[in-house]
Amino acid sequence: MLDTPVPPARVALFITCLGDTMFPDAGRAVVELLERLGTSVDFPQGQTCCGQMHFNTGYVSEAIPLVRRFVEAFGDSELVVSPSASCVAMVRDYYSRVAEVSGDQGLVDAVAELAPRVLELSELIVDRIGVVDVGAYFPHRVTYHPTCHGLRMLHLGDRPLRLLRAVRGIDLVELPGADECCGFGGTFAIKNSDTSVAMTTDKVRAILDTRAEVCTATDSSCLMNIAGSLSRQRTGVRTMHLAEILASSE
Amino acid sequence: MTETTEPHTLAEPHTLAEPHTLAEPHTLAEHHTQSFPQAARGALADTQLRRNLGHATHTIRAKRAAAVAEMGDWEELREAGRAIKERTLRHLDQYLVALELSVTRAGGTVHWARDGEECNRIVADLVAAHGVDQVVKAKSLTTEETRLNDALAARGIQALETDLAQLIIQLAEEEPSHILVPAIHKNRAEIRELFLRTLPEAPADLSDDPHALAEVARRHLRERFLSARVGISGANFAVAETGTIAVVESEGNARMCTTLPEVLITVMGIEKVIPTWQDLEVYLQVLPRSSTAERMNPYTSLWTGVRPGDGPQEFHLVLIDNGRTSVLADEIGRQALACIRCSACLNVCPVYERTGGHAYGSTYPGPIGAILTPMLVGVKNAPSLPYASSLCGACYEVCPVKINIPEVLVHLRGQVVSGQDSVKPEAVVMNLAARMFGSRLLYEFAQRLGRLAQRPFARGGLIRLRLPGPLSGWTDARDLPALPPESFREWWRGRDRE
Repeated sequence: MLDTPVPPARVALFITCLGDTMFPDAGRAVVELLERLGTSVDFPQGQTCCGQMHFNTGYVSEAIPLVRRFVEAFGDSELVVSPSASCVAMVRDYYSRVAEVSGDQGLVDAVAELAPRVLELSELIVDRIGVVDVGAYFPHRVTYHPTCHGLRMLHLGDRPLRLLRAVRGIDLVELPGADECCGFGGTFAIKNSDTSVAMTTDKVRAILDTRAEVCTATDSSCLMNIAGSLSRQRTGVRTMHLAEILASSE
Repeated sequence: MTETTEPHTLAEPHTLAEPHTLAEPHTLAEHHTQSFPQAARGALADTQLRRNLGHATHTIRAKRAAAVAEMGDWEELREAGRAIKERTLRHLDQYLVALELSVTRAGGTVHWARDGEECNRIVADLVAAHGVDQVVKAKSLTTEETRLNDALAARGIQALETDLAQLIIQLAEEEPSHILVPAIHKNRAEIRELFLRTLPEAPADLSDDPHALAEVARRHLRERFLSARVGISGANFAVAETGTIAVVESEGNARMCTTLPEVLITVMGIEKVIPTWQDLEVYLQVLPRSSTAERMNPYTSLWTGVRPGDGPQEFHLVLIDNGRTSVLADEIGRQALACIRCSACLNVCPVYERTGGHAYGSTYPGPIGAILTPMLVGVKNAPSLPYASSLCGACYEVCPVKINIPEVLVHLRGQVVSGQDSVKPEAVVMNLAARMFGSRLLYEFAQRLGRLAQRPFARGGLIRLRLPGPLSGWTDARDLPALPPESFREWWRGRDRE
């Protein structure tokens, strides 16, 4: 363990709608991992969706009640963690905009107060808990795809890679063209499916070139896109959320 | 004009006969005959295009990154570039009047054009007044925007493009596909064939060596440079305090266009003005590194009015609005007016890299085009462009004047949605989804309902069904995971009870 400020005793988990509904394994891994690191986890039951899909597709007014709901669910939490870089980026970078559109000064203030306390998982572990070796064991060949919002909005930098490098037994291989988008982009994958698929195919080719068994990332949404293509092409390569690898032990 | 023509083959600038096109003010909008997804589909299937573009964008991307990495103060330069433009735009009226005064004082004449039509008429009148039927042109996006060449052709004036890539586009009777490298979608073998077909100067044994190709173009152009009496250029910057116009280029053809003819006409968007001479120090550093990855571009031409016995003896500056003031009125969108047309955002864009510029159906392709064009022509006239992005943010990261393109894209998507005349199925779905997410009970009910509904189709963790309608875009090429038997929150509640 590194020298560190006092690690948080409790965090509230924002699981995200996608994580809750489609990828509960990643959420369970987050809980297991954080508890192993000595941080206990709350799960406010009033949470649903951050509103990113609505906001990014142009439905700003529809996102307002979701922002309000998020603030109500997490307003009392000292620290919030989420296993999704893009949902955290939505909260930290765009909630202020939605609140502004709502014209509700109370919401503007509440968002300004809460947003900085919302962290992505690797930020919480590396910056607040202050560890990079989480005691994981994962004897597989793995490549890491830095998701766009983690890379360019949250500026996660090498935090996820530092966590992965400390995993025992891992064969971590660099992904060529890692910083290129996987082609998901939320409703972009539907509205511009041809371009999206072209991007995903190139990402998958890069993953196959590494001969990795597992592609990991900080976002289940991007992984769902990549996995959808890996699976359709019967590549025999799977995706796992970063938390699932970090929670693995001997 | 050609409402049914594909953007790929649009135009035939020289043979354009229907004069009614000239009456349409926002000619930029004419390209929008296909939505971006439709046009992209064709481009994505063009294997040669994919190869040419993939190669070109990756090469310039790496070079730009290296050129930028050399600069210890790059972030400060970006911030300065952004701040100067922001201040200028805030007081645009004052700086434009100051520019007019300076240019006039230096012996030039300033013309104001409300839109493309007025601009084209001013230029055509000026050319006609000198009784010539041929002009040489330096590369100018603004005159592409107004479709000046078509307007001149309609008045019997032939405009010869002198930038090599722009000449290639003109000879091929195509549209530019890139801001800086209009012919980026063509490789040298294709250019060789084009030259053999269109240039009498091309020898039968012409190779596809870039030097040989450039030499043929040079011979083709040289005679015209020397005989042209009127030159037309765009402008990269115009300094309000001195009345100096700056044109930045690689080939030297713009220098010829702006120095050899007796009369020079410069067409410039009103957002290109900068306050002081010293402001150039910022832009002349960030522009070449961002666009061609050069420390300094080979030719920077700066001129201030006219000087007896040196260069053109008559100088006209046409300042054009063509939608820019409405962009300025948009508090979030106005940052797009800071664009210095470097094209770094195009080169780094994963969408542009695969579709090329023609799919955007606009003078300004790529990420900057996806925000600028809808604002210039009205989002109603280009509603698919703000969605032509995965919001990956690579454009914002490289922009030398820090235009937050993803922010503006999302903002414009909001305008597309709020401006819809009828209720679209998507809006219904989005509204229902918002209601569902708006209530914990409905949300949890929907989770259970989803599991029930998928039962006939879920096998081995996947949904064995091709989804209908727009959702087929997902399942055509990707598997869809089935909902797991238990949501996270159900697991959590079970765990809590233990």
